[in-house]
Amino acid sequence: MESILLPLSYLIGSVTFIMGLKMLSHPDSARKGNLVAAFGMTIAIFATIFLYKNEAGASLGNYPWIFCGLLIGTFVGTIAAKKVQMTAMPEMVSLFNGMGGACAMLISLIEYHHDPNPETGKLVVIILGMIIGTVSFAGSMVAWGKLNGRINDHTIPGAQIINFLLFGGLLFLAIMLIGGFSTSSAFFYGMLALAALYGILFVMPIGGADMPVVISLLNSFTGCAAAFGGFLYNNPVMLTGGILVGSAGTILTILMCNAMNRSLKNVLIGSFGGNKTIAGGGVSKEGGNYKEISLSDTAVLMAYAQKVMIIPGYGLAVAQAQHACHELEKVLNEKGVEVSYGIHPVAGRMPGHMNVLLAEADVPYEKLKEMEDANDEMSTTNVVMIIGANDVVNPAAKEDPASPIYGMPILEVEKADHVIVNKRSMKPGYAGIENDLFYKPKTSMLFGDAKKVLQDLVSELKNV
Amino acid sequence: MDFLTNLFTDPATYRLITIVILSIFLGIEVISRVPSVLHTPLMSGANAIHGVVIIGAIIVMGQASTDDYLALTLGFLAVILGTLNVVGGFVVTDRMLEMFDKKKKKKK
Repeated sequence: MESILLPLSYLIGSVTFIMGLKMLSHPDSARKGNLVAAFGMTIAIFATIFLYKNEAGASLGNYPWIFCGLLIGTFVGTIAAKKVQMTAMPEMVSLFNGMGGACAMLISLIEYHHDPNPETGKLVVIILGMIIGTVSFAGSMVAWGKLNGRINDHTIPGAQIINFLLFGGLLFLAIMLIGGFSTSSAFFYGMLALAALYGILFVMPIGGADMPVVISLLNSFTGCAAAFGGFLYNNPVMLTGGILVGSAGTILTILMCNAMNRSLKNVLIGSFGGNKTIAGGGVSKEGGNYKEISLSDTAVLMAYAQKVMIIPGYGLAVAQAQHACHELEKVLNEKGVEVSYGIHPVAGRMPGHMNVLLAEADVPYEKLKEMEDANDEMSTTNVVMIIGANDVVNPAAKEDPASPIYGMPILEVEKADHVIVNKRSMKPGYAGIENDLFYKPKTSMLFGDAKKVLQDLVSELKNV
Repeated sequence: MDFLTNLFTDPATYRLITIVILSIFLGIEVISRVPSVLHTPLMSGANAIHGVVIIGAIIVMGQASTDDYLALTLGFLAVILGTLNVVGGFVVTDRMLEMFDKKKKKKK
């Protein structure tokens, strides 16, 4: 009977990790998901301590050491995690990630110390766990130092060549050991040094702004290192946990790159961090970087906002999207979000065009804000949703004396926290001028026909 | 290489490899639709989960002979670091997600 308890606990652990990750990817269940995974982890840990038997059937010993380590780790970890400022969260994650990497590294070191000449399979697993764990540890420490400002960005000349050589060196030493050409432990510890150097040089040149992406990547590295531990001990929960994080972390890294409108390759190689696009200055008339936002992101952003302002324009009229727009307002209201409409006097093709249109869809009159009132409210608004309007929100009217619309009063959407622009394409509006707003960092583009986008958004919101 | 043939002929190893491959797909599947607001908490949660490496540390620690001071010291360190990863990871994630809760309460 007792013999099924450990595998059962590991099974529970694996299942809770999967459920936890699943729940973490949804705003409503995220917090519970985290607790579910933590619960499974606790079961797996205590089951290991009390039920684990090695091949010879012996239980684990050294309980005082184990519990002492657990206590210290729990104490320090909790304090550190509770005390850290919200803004310093990413560096904390990086630090903890580094701890996991170091843990994997130490496990390999000890296993090698126990038996420097194991069978090939075991040796491969030990070496890979050590290398990946070390890279992750060293890289995370650099990332941590960069985020809290202890380490500056350094562009090392020829860094790519050095990294390539390091990688080659690692490969060479690994082949020597695994292929049985040498059993010298100097090779093993040489790999340790090279891996540490590689981790440092890999992260060093990457800019601070790209650090979250790198941390996410290192996170998936550590996942793989943990999985090698699973191979080493034939341990299914380490294997599932590690591989899950490894693959999910990789996908997450790519998603994060997409959200920042950068490619992973750009982050890792492209001469790092420093924005090469002309920042500010309003010179980015054409070909600037705009970023797209997905429907589900928009839905989440709106659902968790307190104040949303919708700014309709001609595009709303063309798409006959006024009813869908009213739907969106109702759904948001049910979620407790305050919704208003910012009506520019010349929005659409005739004065009062928007008022008429929205009145037709039974939007209550008091929700329609005139331009001055809307601008007053802008700074307390979390999300501005621009639907098919363009020139009436073009900052050029205020900033660029050369612009044909200079001097026209506009809705000052930039004062809000987020600006989401729904348009069918990047084409300029009625006045035929480029709109710098679309390239501002606060602005996200949501392309598509207004009516369809709004309808999809409503159904997305109902699921949030 | 008998080590490579072993991957497929040894049932235990083969089982592990099956787990790995299925887990890769599962990880991709589970994550593929996540709003960007949740990227950081999700990364942090995943970070805590790979702290499962602590189990390896516990096993190594529990098997170290009592006169092997190097193994004992390194193992002890590994247990501490692994615990930091697990506990710190989950607590930090919880704190991040707390912000979502607060916003909701304000609305009600």
